[in-house]
Amino acid sequence: MIETFIWLLGYQFVGEVLARSLGLPVPGAVIGMLLLFITLVLRQELPAALRHNVPTLMTHMSLLFIPAGVGILAFWPLLSAHPLAMAAVLLLATLSTFLVTLLAMKWLSQPRRTQP
Amino acid sequence: MSGGALEWVRHSPLSGVLLTLLAYRIALIFSRRYHGHPLANTVLLGAVIVVLTLLALGMDFQQYMLGAGFIQFLLGPVTVALAVPLYNNLGRLRRNAVTILFCILLGSASGVLTAVLCGQLFGMPHQVLLSLAPRSVTTPIAMGVSEVLGGIPALTATFVIVTGIIGAVFARPVARLCGVKDDVVLGVATGVAAHGIGTARVFQLSETAGAFAGLAMGMTGLFTALLAPLLVHYLLP
Repeated sequence: MIETFIWLLGYQFVGEVLARSLGLPVPGAVIGMLLLFITLVLRQELPAALRHNVPTLMTHMSLLFIPAGVGILAFWPLLSAHPLAMAAVLLLATLSTFLVTLLAMKWLSQPRRTQP
Repeated sequence: MSGGALEWVRHSPLSGVLLTLLAYRIALIFSRRYHGHPLANTVLLGAVIVVLTLLALGMDFQQYMLGAGFIQFLLGPVTVALAVPLYNNLGRLRRNAVTILFCILLGSASGVLTAVLCGQLFGMPHQVLLSLAPRSVTTPIAMGVSEVLGGIPALTATFVIVTGIIGAVFARPVARLCGVKDDVVLGVATGVAAHGIGTARVFQLSETAGAFAGLAMGMTGLFTALLAPLLVHYLLP
């Protein structure tokens, strides 16, 4: 567990420093993810510390978003001007973004399998 | 409970951490009992349980975050960890790299376009439209882009979370309705439309879907940061 967090926090740290020193518009953690991915591809092997603990970590990723979900309450006054219209806008926009990407992926990624 | 003890409960970081873990555990039980029914979403249900408990205890959001901040902190290292499932799916990524990249780019643009157009359809004020534009990407990017556009970053943060929960709730039912069985397709679409909350949701379904959702989330963040100012400038001159 200790080694796992040294890997993850270390890459996040490097990502955060890079994002700030290069003025990149992306969070340090996302840059850390790309750097770790490149490292793994170059190493062609997963260190034991990541192989064993990361899958468990990922299945519980939802836990980490509960505080943000609770935070909506704190900002409720900002939303309460038109709560229903706002919900409708977000529902429509999110579903259409999802559908556009889903259908584009479906049609482009498996042209061979759709033929009998 | 005596007044002194209740005061301690409200101000101790322990309360926020324990409450979040318990709420998540209870939400997980519901989610499993109802076989992952969309409305038994662990983020949605967990947040509702926390909010009800905070109201009962008379705790405010700042007091809750004294502890919950520790849990939120872990979002950083877990985002980095997304590289691992992606590496495990390297073969699938190589086979579909061009298609995936193109679809993420298309999805990023439609994330901004749909938000602004739907907002206009419902007659939202100009500053709300600007705050809506970056709402389909992860919070830190969305807030940064919102500021650049002239929106209200705090309002954008709220839109981001609601968008993520909507995406997490609807991803699987809509994908099934469209006859999508490929986890790569589900993952990319969810990561593009519903960032980390959607990614967390599809990780409960399959590691492959989660891996591609994580990749799509990161790339959408990057593309949106670059594209949103151009698109918004064009749509809302």
